[in-house]
Amino acid sequence: MTTEFKIVEEPKKPLAMHPKKFAMWLFVASVGMLFAALTSAYIVRQAEGNWLYFNLPATLYWTTAVILVSSVTMQMAYWAAKNDQLERVKSLVVITTGLGVVFLVGQLVAWKDLVAQNVYFVGNPSGSFLYVLTGLHGLHIVSALVYLIIVLVSAYRFKIHSKSLAQIEMCTTYWHFLGGLWLYLFIFLLLNR
Amino acid sequence: MATVDIHKQADVHHHDDHDHEHGHGNFWTNYIFSQDHKVIAKQFLITGMFWALIGGTMSVLFRLQLGFPDADLGWLRPFLGEWITPQGKIDTEFYLALVTMHGTIMVFFVLTAGLSGTFSNFLIPLQVGARDMASGFMNMLSYWFFFLSGVIMFISIFLSTGPASGGWTVYPPLSALPQAMSGSGLGMTLWLVAMALFIVSSLLGGINYITTVINLRTKGMSFSRLPLTIWAFFFTAIIGLLSFPVLFAAALLLIFDRSFGTSFYLSDIYINGEALPNEGGSPILFQHLFWFLGHPEVYIVILPSLGITSEIIATNSRKPIFGYKAMVGSLLFITILSFVVWAHHMFVTGMNPFLGSIFTLLTLIIAVPSAVKIFNYVTTLWKGNIIFTSAMLFSIGLVSFFLSGGITGIFLGNSAVDIQLHDTYFVVAHFHLVMGAASFFGMLAGVYHWFPKMFGRMMDERLGKIHFWFSFVGVYLVFFPMHYIGIAGFPRRYYSWTNFETFNSFADLNMLVSVAAILTLSAQFIFIFNFFYSMFRGKQAPANPWKANSLEWTTPRNPGHGNWPGEIPTVYRWPYDYSKPGAKDDYIPQTVPYSETPESNLPHENDLIKLEMEDNNAIVVDKKH
Repeated sequence: MTTEFKIVEEPKKPLAMHPKKFAMWLFVASVGMLFAALTSAYIVRQAEGNWLYFNLPATLYWTTAVILVSSVTMQMAYWAAKNDQLERVKSLVVITTGLGVVFLVGQLVAWKDLVAQNVYFVGNPSGSFLYVLTGLHGLHIVSALVYLIIVLVSAYRFKIHSKSLAQIEMCTTYWHFLGGLWLYLFIFLLLNR
Repeated sequence: MATVDIHKQADVHHHDDHDHEHGHGNFWTNYIFSQDHKVIAKQFLITGMFWALIGGTMSVLFRLQLGFPDADLGWLRPFLGEWITPQGKIDTEFYLALVTMHGTIMVFFVLTAGLSGTFSNFLIPLQVGARDMASGFMNMLSYWFFFLSGVIMFISIFLSTGPASGGWTVYPPLSALPQAMSGSGLGMTLWLVAMALFIVSSLLGGINYITTVINLRTKGMSFSRLPLTIWAFFFTAIIGLLSFPVLFAAALLLIFDRSFGTSFYLSDIYINGEALPNEGGSPILFQHLFWFLGHPEVYIVILPSLGITSEIIATNSRKPIFGYKAMVGSLLFITILSFVVWAHHMFVTGMNPFLGSIFTLLTLIIAVPSAVKIFNYVTTLWKGNIIFTSAMLFSIGLVSFFLSGGITGIFLGNSAVDIQLHDTYFVVAHFHLVMGAASFFGMLAGVYHWFPKMFGRMMDERLGKIHFWFSFVGVYLVFFPMHYIGIAGFPRRYYSWTNFETFNSFADLNMLVSVAAILTLSAQFIFIFNFFYSMFRGKQAPANPWKANSLEWTTPRNPGHGNWPGEIPTVYRWPYDYSKPGAKDDYIPQTVPYSETPESNLPHENDLIKLEMEDNNAIVVDKKH
């Protein structure tokens, strides 16, 4: 066995981030594209005329406020986790989940208001689009609520703390995204009625 | 900053070849529900081959009708049953179903899942130096969603009302109304369900590919050292991630129109004199949404093949790829342009002519990056020590198809010329050459080239060459005459042309095309025999059979789950150091540091070493022999 010495240049470490967090951003991008497609379809269809005009249900203002507040509580939950305030994390995640449920119920009430206005899912595409946009967004909220519950279970198992933030961070990203997405949809609908 | 250059040679020999046999887990976790990217890649490949056979057989069936309209096809009744009429002809609705399913299967199941699924999965972790994909579980899910989608599509073929028949583009109202044709009933519903699952599979796969390329590269593997295959898979995955959700939106609205009575795409339709209740929809809206995916989709199909070809041509020309940065740049440029040209599929939908001219301009710009790629392939081949392996032949075949098919794209991209050529066989000839045959050849080239890494054995080169020449000549014989038929104005998707006096003079040409199609399909059986025979009986492959530079050839003959038995190798150079002046061999693998090759270093490469030595970053390493 011979021993020889050699000098090797130091290779650079490649640029990288947490792969799962990165994957979450990519998922967010693809959901964004889904809604970009639907809203551009909305504009294209609206430009062709024969469009039913109606007022958005007032309930939607309330649900918008609710989801904005829930984004704040979610962020506070994340900060609490960062500072190892575990009890606070649990209660804030519960509050966020509750606000999410309230938001969903609000959206259902808005659908009832629409029916009262004689705007149905089956009928002029202007109404159908509203149901599809809110419904599809609601489905994503349901998925985020499931995620929140998973985070809550982890919090009860002491798996979320300042040294293990990936899960709650990804959940926060997703929740903020869905809040922002709703804000976009709501403003879009207000401007393009 | 310790650089430890550990050479675990002894270890390697222990692991070599044996990982496979005593791999952990049982048959189910190793071969069926595996999370190993290499096994998933093989699953995609074999499923893709199965679908390619079905899709290819379908094309021969409808070519029989087009080439031999008077022939008695009664002998097909044992296979097709009622789809052969009592007169011995293919049922007209079934003809449309064949065309539709051929398109759907080939575009999505073979050239998207079969191509990206196989090679992105197989090569990304091996070539960037990762143990596996970012999420093995998501990767497994990606295959099983694809499998489920395939099962549903397969079932739809056997429905008594037939599978979807409205063309692979499923334009409403034809696809939206079950009354329109028998294929728009349950067959179309299953088509939509299968495609929704397919989209989920593509997104799961794509997210994994992008994440792995960006985040799991080994030490030293900077973006400028990535093999061009990885660049191509990376851009493909980005295109898929951004465009498949749009197809999902289109399909979702179509599902609502079909099953829930909404009117997104339907308006003013009368059936047998009775008006449908649907009011206010726009069928053009579907075309916009569909082609916003549909056009990027053709790049999803071709880019991986272009990447595979870059790698194979450089390796087998024993020359660095010409214009590495131009190759990456052209891939990027194609990716960006793919999203802004979709309306060239819709020139004759009554589009504003001004808008048409903008889309014409954008479409013609695609010729620039495409020409850059062809130029670079040819200049890489130029004065190289070319080794004509089967993989190399198929890669050169791709370059030929990409060129001859791409040129007709310049005609078709003009909104004025398109009025004559739209929906004729000219279009069929164009896209079959440029994206169908070209990417299929890329896929075959990839299989021939990486078969030794996949199965540890070599494929038979002589059979490979016979396969190539029959396929290459066959493809040109099929698609070249089609240009003439198309320029004459013969429309695609028509069951029969004998009723038109004008087209009678093309009977012999159509017959030639059909004979060539049968020849081309038959040649693929040589490949299938070669593939399965070599898997078990082929010559054992050496570790680096093509003397290639990229990382996958540093793994053992049959890499286990985790790819490298010891540490993941470190990368010191780009993957195209072939025939470097002064070097001992005509290739220098990516794992060889510059400090070991003073004889072939360029001045700036020597400076790199010197800089680091002054920096005191370089460390004395103990190397044992």
